[in-house]
Amino acid sequence: MEHHLILRVVTKLLASTIILFALYVQFHGDYSPGGGFQAGVIMAAAFILYGLIFGLDTVQRVFPPKFVHRLLAFGLLIYLVTGILSLLLGFNYLDYNAFDPQHPSHGQHLGILAVEFGVGVTVTGVMVAIYYAFAGRSPPVDDEDW
Amino acid sequence: MATAEVAVASKTLADHLPVLQVVVPLVTSPLIVVIGVRSLAWPLAFIASVIAFIISCLLLYQVIDGGFISYAIGGWAPPLGIEYRVDATNALLLFLISGISVIGLPYALTSIRFEIGAKNETLFYACYLLCFTGLLGVVITGDAFNIFVFLEISSLSTYVLVAQGAIRDKRALTAAYDYLIMGTIGATFFVIGIGMLYMSTGTLNLADIADRIADQGSNRTIRAAFAFIVVGMGLKVALVPLHLWLPNAYTFAPSAVTVFLAATSTKAAVYVLLRFMFSVYHPSFIFEVNTLYFIFIPFALLAMFAASFVAIFQSDFKRMLAYSSIAQIGYMLMGIAMLNVAGLTSTIVHMFNHGITKAVLFMGVGAFVLKVGSSFYDSIHGLGRRMPITGACIVIGGLSLIGVPGTAGFISKWMLMQAAFENGFWWIAVLVVLSSLLAVAYVWRALDVIYLKAPLDDSVTRDPPLTMLIPMIILAVACVWFGIDTTISIGAASTAAESLLNGSFGMMPTEIPAEMPAEVPAPTIESAPEPETAPAPAPTESQ
Repeated sequence: MEHHLILRVVTKLLASTIILFALYVQFHGDYSPGGGFQAGVIMAAAFILYGLIFGLDTVQRVFPPKFVHRLLAFGLLIYLVTGILSLLLGFNYLDYNAFDPQHPSHGQHLGILAVEFGVGVTVTGVMVAIYYAFAGRSPPVDDEDW
Repeated sequence: MATAEVAVASKTLADHLPVLQVVVPLVTSPLIVVIGVRSLAWPLAFIASVIAFIISCLLLYQVIDGGFISYAIGGWAPPLGIEYRVDATNALLLFLISGISVIGLPYALTSIRFEIGAKNETLFYACYLLCFTGLLGVVITGDAFNIFVFLEISSLSTYVLVAQGAIRDKRALTAAYDYLIMGTIGATFFVIGIGMLYMSTGTLNLADIADRIADQGSNRTIRAAFAFIVVGMGLKVALVPLHLWLPNAYTFAPSAVTVFLAATSTKAAVYVLLRFMFSVYHPSFIFEVNTLYFIFIPFALLAMFAASFVAIFQSDFKRMLAYSSIAQIGYMLMGIAMLNVAGLTSTIVHMFNHGITKAVLFMGVGAFVLKVGSSFYDSIHGLGRRMPITGACIVIGGLSLIGVPGTAGFISKWMLMQAAFENGFWWIAVLVVLSSLLAVAYVWRALDVIYLKAPLDDSVTRDPPLTMLIPMIILAVACVWFGIDTTISIGAASTAAESLLNGSFGMMPTEIPAEMPAEVPAPTIESAPEPETAPAPAPTESQ
């Protein structure tokens, strides 16, 4: 991709914008269409685009596979810990009212924000991990190996 | 939303047991990945299993005499929100699944390190816990769609676990792929069935669906949903014409994975089948009785004979046991088809007894694999003599598989024969005995190889390490224990069977509408077909 000057420049410009948009979709999800799943995919799209243009090695320097794996587990952990937190506050598992018992609607808001953030992180991780798995595929199995 | 009672009295930990049962292993799984330290993976998995096991014991203790525990996830009251509901049936299954996990993990420590290498351990145990979570979730949840979600969690992680065998034998990849295709088809059928139920009842809560079906009677959508669910779960159960994924998956998966899967995953699927057959639908529907008599009985017989027969001619110990599992599932389905308390008790007890029996046998095979790297009969000649304790455990497991009196396997087959006699199906009792003779043949063939053939060389001299030996011994003792003292197994199973036959989810008197008990006389064969006969009520509900 060395000679595709336009693509490279545009990608550099776009990548950060895409990430910004992902964050908007993520945290504005409770007022407008959006939420963790969409935001995660958009976020991952930024990294995948970067990888397509600058090569797998470059993007993996920015976003190492090991980190991606941790990230997708971490997102799930955010979700689950939100539930456990509400449980420790004396409410049912994932009962967001726990976060603000006086104003349940605020509590619900906070809870869904945390949970959606967890979803977003996990989806980002999963999408990028899938891209890495396909892009970094090792050569097919030899006949002798079977 | 639970907004009405805002600052309700805060709950104690004991109130949260049903959800903690699932959440503890579920949290541990990503935790293992995030921490990412290989030496911590196994201890964390083990601690999570132990906690899950303790919780399941507490739950079983609370519901063993009947009654149920209901837990509303997120504080959303049951018919709307997701409900976890524990009664004697699923408490026993939770006990089995988490118990096998606690016993199987120490075994996995050595076996997995040998079979898939230390490099993959972190992700392996994370995946294992996901599978464990999925199975617990399938069993504990009272929400139809939630069952599907947990089913997928357990299935997807199972495919990965089976594929781990590829490090030793590349055929594990095709086995896992076959299982993936078949399992996905099964799950699709299941979810289509749930969709139809949702369409005609407008609810996903199992107890609620049951009530609505009882109110409105059957219609074509509800009957079609039943067919889809039976076929979908049939694939997961490995009901005979749908069993093709099982032999390869069990044979090529790492031994510790096979131990866990053989003892738990098909049992969870049988549980779902039970739940839908008795808690959601009711045997008072003629189509259900027809399904049981004209589909389950023939296929169960086919499983008992054909699979046992095939098992005799296998040349691989592990594969033989896989076919025997298919045969044993035949007994479980036969118990369901008997449609009486004894039959259901035999099914539930057999899930439990066969779980521990198969676990000990697969553990024995895994010990052979550890020593000689293969489970083919040709390569394990005389190993029973060289590894006396492993050999002894395999003998006990084998006897239990045949159903020799004094072992766990006998209890469930005895219950099944009682059920058959109660219905006047004496020929089924005869066939159960005859198929047990086939079991004698395949078990004898294995014992012949490991005891009577001369060892190939002198390389193997000792039993496997204690971490593998102790789980095996515990399970072998359990095989004998549950063959003699049946208070826990039969106790819980008969409570479960009665509540299942009574109808809705272990809570008969309150939720079923008043007229219901009258039209449901204790469903023996004679009375069952009457109430809801062929004419489908014309109005297709809701849409």
